[in-house]
Amino acid sequence: MTVPARTIIEARGLRKAFGPTIALDGLDLQVEEGRILGLIGPNGAGKSTALNAILGLTPYQGELRVLGRDPWIERDQLMRDVSFISDVAVLPRWIKVSQVLDYVAGVHPRFDRAKAEGFLAKTTIRHGNKVRELSKGMVVQLHLALVMAIDAKLLVLDEPTLGLDILYRKQFYDCLLNDYFDRSRTIVVTTHQVEEIQDVLTDVMFINRGRIVFACSMEEVESRYLEVMVHPEQVAAARALKPIHERQVLGRSILLFDLMTLDKVDRQQLAAFGDVRTPSIVDLFVAVMGNQASQAQGGAR
Amino acid sequence: MSTQSNAMPESFEAQVIAPAVIPATRRMYWSVRRELWENRSIYVAPLAVAGVILFGFLISTIGLPHKMRAALALDPEKQHAAIAMPYDFAAALLMATAILVSVFYCLDALHGERRDRSILFWKSLPVSDLTTVLSKASIPLIILPLLTFVITVSTQLIMALLGSAVLAASGLSASALWTRLSFLQMSLLLLYHLLTSHALWPAPVYCWLLLVSGWARRAAFLWAALPLLAIAGVEKMVFHTSRFARLVGSHIIGDAPAAAFTGPDMLPTGPMTHITPGEFLSSPGLWIGLAIAAAFLAAAVRLRRYREPI
Repeated sequence: MTVPARTIIEARGLRKAFGPTIALDGLDLQVEEGRILGLIGPNGAGKSTALNAILGLTPYQGELRVLGRDPWIERDQLMRDVSFISDVAVLPRWIKVSQVLDYVAGVHPRFDRAKAEGFLAKTTIRHGNKVRELSKGMVVQLHLALVMAIDAKLLVLDEPTLGLDILYRKQFYDCLLNDYFDRSRTIVVTTHQVEEIQDVLTDVMFINRGRIVFACSMEEVESRYLEVMVHPEQVAAARALKPIHERQVLGRSILLFDLMTLDKVDRQQLAAFGDVRTPSIVDLFVAVMGNQASQAQGGAR
Repeated sequence: MSTQSNAMPESFEAQVIAPAVIPATRRMYWSVRRELWENRSIYVAPLAVAGVILFGFLISTIGLPHKMRAALALDPEKQHAAIAMPYDFAAALLMATAILVSVFYCLDALHGERRDRSILFWKSLPVSDLTTVLSKASIPLIILPLLTFVITVSTQLIMALLGSAVLAASGLSASALWTRLSFLQMSLLLLYHLLTSHALWPAPVYCWLLLVSGWARRAAFLWAALPLLAIAGVEKMVFHTSRFARLVGSHIIGDAPAAAFTGPDMLPTGPMTHITPGEFLSSPGLWIGLAIAAAFLAAAVRLRRYREPI
């Protein structure tokens, strides 16, 4: 018998409005230990607001527990077990590398300075450098070195690689996976560069208009969704099986199916229509969001 | 993982590994050091002013033997004032520097971290808003008065030693200088003056500036000054009085009430000064001011919880 995984984040009916704008509209969310969750959504969907609520940076209505604590009331205690890189370039520009190491070592009970120095030794960052003298990529390396040296239970990354070139982005996630992640840690990440984290994630959620509209583990995505590049003469037959989404690439129709809605016979048919593959998260995202939009339009009419 | 919610984990606390603890004093210590790293003007400005004072004094030592002879010819009561004049001037200049540094520091303290977005980094660490705000308040209320004391006494000591050397070289007795100055007493009175008139008495002003720096999105100085001007203006128009303006004014320039001391000199550091700490500590103005300062700080702590980058 396996021990049930601990729940790291538990949100129920999370609400938050900025004046007339509703950022979170009754968001429900549960994240268990040892997962790497990608929270994906269009601009203004409420991703950052949700993360800020989880980190105790913004007040909210509804029920929210992170590691068993109320983040808004107990932010400082929570931050012993939670690390975050919120946006890029939040390290103060005036600080020296040696000073930021001193400070974090001074205030953080779970910071392993030797470990951080080890990560920094692999970069071109020197102790005497001020943050303002570092390139954007190096600042992120520094921040990552600090965060990876903290023995946290939960790591939250909000657009951690925004504005970085592809080499730094790749290195960022490689580092995180190889040198940091283990099954006792949990990572929540938002990004617009979805393709780059596809292979990193264990779970994916889509957020739209302040709600979670899709939540699925990556194994489930593989077993449940199928994309078929249909031969032109069979498009009508394929459409009859009610794909959840259809798009055109170079004149060919690509149909996305949710196998849960098909019966056994239909599944066998799919392979005959054309090349079959697991959809990427991006394709799935476009499909789910497209359906959301058309539903919303239908409702409005 | 699913969006369906199971039972909330009630006993989570017990599962979390035993909390490693860093004492609050250590977090405070590093938070104060952090302020000194960021705002080097806190010690660079007074040191620079001290340098200028010493340079000026060095030049003025040319006329020192002459001045000393003239001073010693005066009444004994006036001798101190005449001899201590440059020393008082140095202290006054360093105090004015400390006030300026404090005002600019306070106006930026909770504003700068939002402007450069670094508040997101500070908030990612296990340091409470209370610790952060108190560490920032300690700069004008504790660090700068003590620093001003140390720098002023060091400057005066160097001046006295230089003066002694010049007097000895011109055949005058240096001991007259030291006895008339009564250096130790002058230093102790300076410390008393700094703690009463530069820390405790103006505390509400500095805490108000801190609060505004945490609240204003821009132009913190305007937001700090305009409400005071408005209240004073309305009072003047409606009641034809200016109590509020006088009250605020007396707190701004570190001008403690007569309750703190009485004396004839430019600074309350002469031998004729009678300190009256009992009267000072029992004056309602002090305690009302401190209560208001505490309220401003509490508001600043609360406000910081809500604050995001500008």
